[in-house]
Amino acid sequence: MLKPLVDADGAPYFEYAAKGELRMQTCANCGEVLFPPRPMCPRCQGIEFEWKLMSGRGHVWSFAVPRPPLLPDYAALAPYPVVVVELAEDRRLRLVGNLVAAEGAAIDSVDPATIEIGQPVRAVFQEIEGLFVAAWTPDE
Amino acid sequence: MNPTPLKDRAAIVGIGQTEFAKHLEPSEKALACRAIAMALDDAGIAAHEVDAFAAYTMEATDEVEIAKAVGAGDVTFFSRVGFGGGGSCATIGHLAMAIATGQASVGVAWRSRKRGSGPRPWTDTVNQLATPAQWTRPFGLLRPVDEIAVLTRRYMHEYGMTREQLGAVAIACRNRANANPAAIMYERPLTMDDYLSARMISDPLCLFDNCLETDGALAVVMVSAERARDCRGEPVYVHAFGQGLPAQHHGMVNYWNDDPLAGPSWTAAKQLWKHADFGPADVDVAQIYDAFTPLIPLSLEGYGFCGKGEGAAFADDGGLELSGRLPVNTSGGGLSEAYVHGFNLINEGVRQLRGTSTNQVAGASTCLVTAGEAVPTSAVLLRRG
Repeated sequence: MLKPLVDADGAPYFEYAAKGELRMQTCANCGEVLFPPRPMCPRCQGIEFEWKLMSGRGHVWSFAVPRPPLLPDYAALAPYPVVVVELAEDRRLRLVGNLVAAEGAAIDSVDPATIEIGQPVRAVFQEIEGLFVAAWTPDE
Repeated sequence: MNPTPLKDRAAIVGIGQTEFAKHLEPSEKALACRAIAMALDDAGIAAHEVDAFAAYTMEATDEVEIAKAVGAGDVTFFSRVGFGGGGSCATIGHLAMAIATGQASVGVAWRSRKRGSGPRPWTDTVNQLATPAQWTRPFGLLRPVDEIAVLTRRYMHEYGMTREQLGAVAIACRNRANANPAAIMYERPLTMDDYLSARMISDPLCLFDNCLETDGALAVVMVSAERARDCRGEPVYVHAFGQGLPAQHHGMVNYWNDDPLAGPSWTAAKQLWKHADFGPADVDVAQIYDAFTPLIPLSLEGYGFCGKGEGAAFADDGGLELSGRLPVNTSGGGLSEAYVHGFNLINEGVRQLRGTSTNQVAGASTCLVTAGEAVPTSAVLLRRG
């Protein structure tokens, strides 16, 4: 599998995810919440940030179901859904991730035919090559 | 001061292209040189007069080698445009600006590619996690088709687009290719049943929603409007040019914008129409970047041919066919002629305005050519002299 790239802007995301927390980069000056992380706030040009705890709740904004040709590790699991989740806090915070049946389940553990745009999901945390990232599981 | 100094100041006077195939033996450099030599011959201009070059940043042949091989003179302008398929029309626009401002007098733009027989960029696992791909690809959104599939499903959800409407886009392009002997899909018809029963590549997109992987090269030669009158090839004027990198844009995965379904086309279009003497209703024929079928409805909306959410319905009732509301991709486009990163759309635009297309729109005097929607993009409005 491809290992997420940890850079200076995004490193705190992975540190918090390892502790089971979904936190988003937030401008310490004006409060703008940013994703993906970046070195400057586009609203006020601030360069100091906090990492704000999110509820971990959201809705499926859209999804795709890739099939081969794919990189070998992914081809072995295809077809698998990839969802874009709109966070409850701000509809512009849309995270790409995997929808899994439960924490720790494989990326092909949810039948794509059961997924609907708008369905509620909540964050769980999954390991990819030693890094922790948010994944999503159906929420009531 | 003239507020639109670019308008009709430069013209394309020569076009050239190699054959298109899944595999061609010559190198990309050799193919590029052949296409450029053909374009110069079409224009009736000697190679030593070339003093400007423009290409995509993804072009693997460089100006030094190309200039040396084809026999260019002293080169005083060279330009590279980024973001893959978004760069096609910008190569024309940059040369037009260089010629209009006196930085150069004879410009060559080119694209050479062996994507049919070479590796796919998305399989490069070393270099594929640059921002923002680090937040998308590890989860299995590996290829451009996966990124566009996400936008497509959302568009279907919001506006009710059907797979049949995407099929109509694919079939319109295929029908044009069926009459174009240069097209890879020449004489290879596509039916709606073929489309609907094709294997999925990234659901909701199937095989026929994807462009062809192709080996081939194309080139154009440009000069000033004054000089164009004396050239062998009939001139086609660059009437307007626009580039677009919208505020808070994130590339193909534009999911973090307020409205991810209003992509870079909208920004390029504003610039394009601001400087044109006419509007979308006056466009006779369009060559719209089609790496994937949904880019056509999205672009039709962005460039103002219909309202937001109406792009898919524009393909209904043969809307994109030769006798339809707007004939598109009259050579077959990236979906059915060849995928040479959109440059074949430029050459076809020139043929339409010269009256030499294999799918000629009678009396065509204006043509829109666009570059890739969903990435920082560009477009040119071409006009017959």
